[in-house]
Amino acid sequence: MMLLEMAAGGFGDRVAVGSRDGGLTFQQLFDRAGAAAGRFRAGGAEVVAMADVSSTALPISLFGAAWADLPFVPLNYRLTDSELSALAARIAPAIVVLDPEATGRLADLGDVVVLDRQALLDELAEALVPDGGWGTDWDMAGEGTAILLFTSGTTGEPKAAMLRHRHLVSYVLGSVEFMGADEDEAALVSVPPYHVAGMAALLSNVYAGRRIVQLPTFDAGSWVDLVRTEEVTSAMVVPTMLTRIVEHLDAELANGSSGNGALPTLRSLAYGGGKMPRPTIERALQLLPEVAFVNAYGLTETSSTVALLGPQEHRDALASDDEAVRARLGSAGRPLPAIEVSIRDEDGTEVALGLPGEIWVRGEQVSGEYRGQAPRLTAEGWFPTRDGGRLDEAGFLHVTGRIDDVIVKGGQNVSPGEIEAVLVEHPAVVDAAAIGLPDRQWGERIVAAVVLADADSTSGASVTAEELQELVRSELRSNRTPDHVEFVAALPYNDTGKLLRRVLRTELAHFGDGSTE
Amino acid sequence: MVGDALERWPDDHAQESPMPDMKPGSRFTSNVCTTEVIVVRGVGEADLRCGGSSMLSADSIPDGGPPDPDAAAGTLMGKRYVDADDTLEVLCTKPGDGSLGLGDVLLDLKEAKPLPASD
Repeated sequence: MMLLEMAAGGFGDRVAVGSRDGGLTFQQLFDRAGAAAGRFRAGGAEVVAMADVSSTALPISLFGAAWADLPFVPLNYRLTDSELSALAARIAPAIVVLDPEATGRLADLGDVVVLDRQALLDELAEALVPDGGWGTDWDMAGEGTAILLFTSGTTGEPKAAMLRHRHLVSYVLGSVEFMGADEDEAALVSVPPYHVAGMAALLSNVYAGRRIVQLPTFDAGSWVDLVRTEEVTSAMVVPTMLTRIVEHLDAELANGSSGNGALPTLRSLAYGGGKMPRPTIERALQLLPEVAFVNAYGLTETSSTVALLGPQEHRDALASDDEAVRARLGSAGRPLPAIEVSIRDEDGTEVALGLPGEIWVRGEQVSGEYRGQAPRLTAEGWFPTRDGGRLDEAGFLHVTGRIDDVIVKGGQNVSPGEIEAVLVEHPAVVDAAAIGLPDRQWGERIVAAVVLADADSTSGASVTAEELQELVRSELRSNRTPDHVEFVAALPYNDTGKLLRRVLRTELAHFGDGSTE
Repeated sequence: MVGDALERWPDDHAQESPMPDMKPGSRFTSNVCTTEVIVVRGVGEADLRCGGSSMLSADSIPDGGPPDPDAAAGTLMGKRYVDADDTLEVLCTKPGDGSLGLGDVLLDLKEAKPLPASD
C-alpha cells in the first residue's frame, strides 16, 4: 500500500491502468483502493479473493485488501466449480470477487460473500473521499500477509504460498526505480492474476509509474493488436505466449500484412515462468531486433524474479562463436543484487562451481512459507527451491528443471532439460519433452515426446526418430539417448505455460513396461 | 549539593523525548522541511535527523526553522538512504530541502544499479 501511496503522491495525474485516455489515474486508483478497504472491512471476511480475469478491479482489490490488512488471494478462474469451491472453503470467511456472469459459481458456501466485479467497480467509483482524507492505517511493519497464491498442485492438494508485505516491498525496492518509467511508457500484462508474475507486474509498474494495459485472455493476435493500439513499450510473457507471438509475426510477414516494423513501440520484452525453447527466443531476437529481451527466473515463494538475463547478455550470447557463451541464451542470467544463490547437493552442502545441484536462494524477498505450515527456510535463511541447476564461471545460473522430474536410469541422474535442449535445436523440431517411464532393467527408460514443425512451414525439414536419437547421442552421452522417440501433435501445457509432465507420463504410459519402481 | 544534583538532571529532557525506535515500517517527518521517510531496515533506538534536526514521529507538526546549511542538500523521492555501516536504511516517501543523518553523520544515497524491467 505504501508503494501506491507514493505513486499517488509522486505522479497522481499519470494514468495507472487502462487506455491513455479514460484510464484510471494513480490518484483514482488510490482513492478506489481506499473505498475498497472500507467495503472489505465491513463484512468480517478474513481474506479478499478474486476468481476473475484481469480488469481494473484487480489492482483496486489487491491494494484495497492490503489497506484493510487482509490477504489478497487471486484464484484460478479456470478451475471447475467444485475445485474453486474447495479452495474458497479453505480460505473462508472470505470475500470473493467474481465476473458478473459467474456469481453463481460459489452459491452454496457459507462464510463466503460473493461480490459482482462490475457492481463493486460502480460502487467504488461513486465513493467520496472522507473529510480529512483516507486514514493511512495499513500494516507498515510488513509482517502481515499481502498475497496468498495457491501453487498449481501438481503433487497432491494445492499449497497456499504466503507472501508478506515485507517480502514484496523488498522485491520492489530492490528491483524497481521509483518513477523510473517515462510518462509515455506502458506495460502490457497478459499473465493471469493467479500467477506470481501477474501480481509482481502490478506492484512493479505502479512503483515505476508505468501505465498498465491488461489483456484478460491471451491470444497472439489480440496481444499484437494491443501492443500497436496502446503503444505498449514493455511486456512480460510466458514461453508458450512468445512461441505463439513469434508464429503470429511470422505469418504476418509471410502474407505481407505487418507493414512498417513489427512492433514499433515495444522496447522491452521479459519472459519467464518455464523453459523457453531456444528456437523461439532466437527467432524472436531476429524478428524484433530493437527490443531488449529479459529472461526472468523466479518462483512464487521468492516473490517473483530472483535472477535475470539482460538484453545485452542475450545479444552477446546470440553473436558468440563460443558454445559456452551461446549456452547462456538458455540460462536465467545472474542473481539480482539483493539475492544470493547457492548450488547444493542432496545433503545441503555447497557443490564446487560449475557442478549441478539444487538451487538454493536467500534474500529479504524470499518467503518460503505456506499457509498453515512451518516455514521452509533453513536456519540461515536459505530456501531450497527443488529446482535443479548450476552456476557457470561467469556467475550465470543455468536452470535444468524440477528435481522431482529428474529421470533415474541405471542409477544415473538424467535431467530432462538437457535432452530437450538438444532435441529442439533440430530445425524440424518445434517442441520436445523427455520423461522417465518404468523399466525393469534400468529403473526408468527415457521417452522423448517430440512435436514436429508443420510440413508446410518455412523450415520444410523433417527428421526420423533414429536421427534424433543419434543427435542426442552425439551431443550428450549415450546414457542420455532416448530409448524411444514418439511424435505427438502437441505437448500438454497449463495456461501459464508450465509443461504438465504428469499428464504426459500418463499419456505415454504404454511405452513403459508397467513395472513399478 | 542538592541543588547541584538537580542541575545535573538535564536527562529529564531526554526522558520526555527518548530516541525513537528505528523499526522497519516506522515513519518519520522532518522538523525543518517537507521530507518524510519510512524505515526499511532498522537499528533499534537512534537519532535520525533531517536538516540537522531530529526527525519527528509521522503526525507531528514541524517547528524547527530552516535546515542546517551543512545538511541542506535535499532528499529525493523514492531514493533509499543508508548509514556508513549499512545498518540503517530509510526510504524517502516525500522529498524536502534537508539532508538525512544519523546523529551528526549524513546518510549516503543508496545507489541502485538499474535493472531491466522483468515484470
